[in-house]
Amino acid sequence: MNLAEGVQIVSLGVLALMMLGSALGVVLLKNIVYSAFLLGGVFISIAGLYLLLNADFVAFAQVLIYVGAVNVLILFAIMLVNKREDFKVVPRIWIRQVATAAVCFGIFALLGTMVVTTPWAISTEVASGDSSIVRIGLHFFSDFLLPFELASILLLMALVGAIVLARREFLPEEDLTPGETEALTLPERPRELITTGRSDSTIQ
Amino acid sequence: MQLQYFLLIAAALFCIGIYGLITSRNAVRVLMSIELMLNAVNLNLMAFSNYLDPQTIKGQIFTIFVITIAAAEAAVGLAIVLAIYRNRDTVDMEQFNLLKW
Repeated sequence: MNLAEGVQIVSLGVLALMMLGSALGVVLLKNIVYSAFLLGGVFISIAGLYLLLNADFVAFAQVLIYVGAVNVLILFAIMLVNKREDFKVVPRIWIRQVATAAVCFGIFALLGTMVVTTPWAISTEVASGDSSIVRIGLHFFSDFLLPFELASILLLMALVGAIVLARREFLPEEDLTPGETEALTLPERPRELITTGRSDSTIQ
Repeated sequence: MQLQYFLLIAAALFCIGIYGLITSRNAVRVLMSIELMLNAVNLNLMAFSNYLDPQTIKGQIFTIFVITIAAAEAAVGLAIVLAIYRNRDTVDMEQFNLLKW
C-alpha cells in the first residue's frame, strides 16, 4: 500500500464516521434544531465521499444544493413551525421503535451480505477525473436531453406548487398568547392590509 | 475492494433513514430522514459510476437528477408541512389522520 492509498483509506474512514455519527444524531436527538445542523454535517461528509469517488462536479453540486438550499429550507421550516409542544404520549411506542430497529438491522444485514458476496465486475479503466464535467455536459445535451428539459419543468412546477401551498389566503383571527408581543409574531398579512392599515402614517 | 466499503456505508445510511422515517414524531424530521435515504441512494450511484463505469459516467448524471428532484421534493414537502401546521396547529405525525380510513 502506497501513500495515496493510505490517505484514501484514512479519509474514507473519517468521512464515514462523521457521516454515520451525524446521521444518528439527526434521527435520535430530541432538539430538532440540532438535527437540522447535523444534517448539514451529513451532506458535507457525503460531498467529501464524492470527492474520493473522482466526482468533483457532483461534490460541489451537493454542497451548493443540499447544504445551501435544502438545509436552509429545512431550517426556515423549523423556524416557521417552531412551537414548543410536548407530543402526547402514545402507549407502547417502544414496541414500534424496537420492531423498526430490528427491521433496519435485518435490511442492513441483507444488503451487507449481498454487497460482500456479489462478484462485482470492477472496471480497470482509468477514472475520468478532471474531464468528468465535460462528459456530464455531453450526456446532458445528447442522450439525456429530454430528462434534462423535463427536470426544468418539474422545478418550475415545484416552485409554483410550493408557493400555492404555503401562502396564506386570509387573515387569521389569532389572539396573542400572554407574554408574546406583536413584534415577535410573523406578520403574514395580505399586502393591501399592510399598506392601508398600520404603515400609511409612517409613509407620509 | 473499496467499492464494498462505499456500498456498506450507503446501506447503513439508508437503514438509519428508514428508522428515522418510521419512528420520528416531528413532521420536519420525517422529511430530513427522506433526505438521508436519498443521499444513501446517491452514494450508491456514485460508487457504481466510479468503480464499474469510470469512462461513461452515467451514474453521476443520475445523481444530478436525483439531487434536482430531491430539492423539488423538499420544497413541496415543507410547504405541505407548513399548510398542515396552519390547519391542525401541530406537527405531530400521530395526529395527522388525513388520508386514513
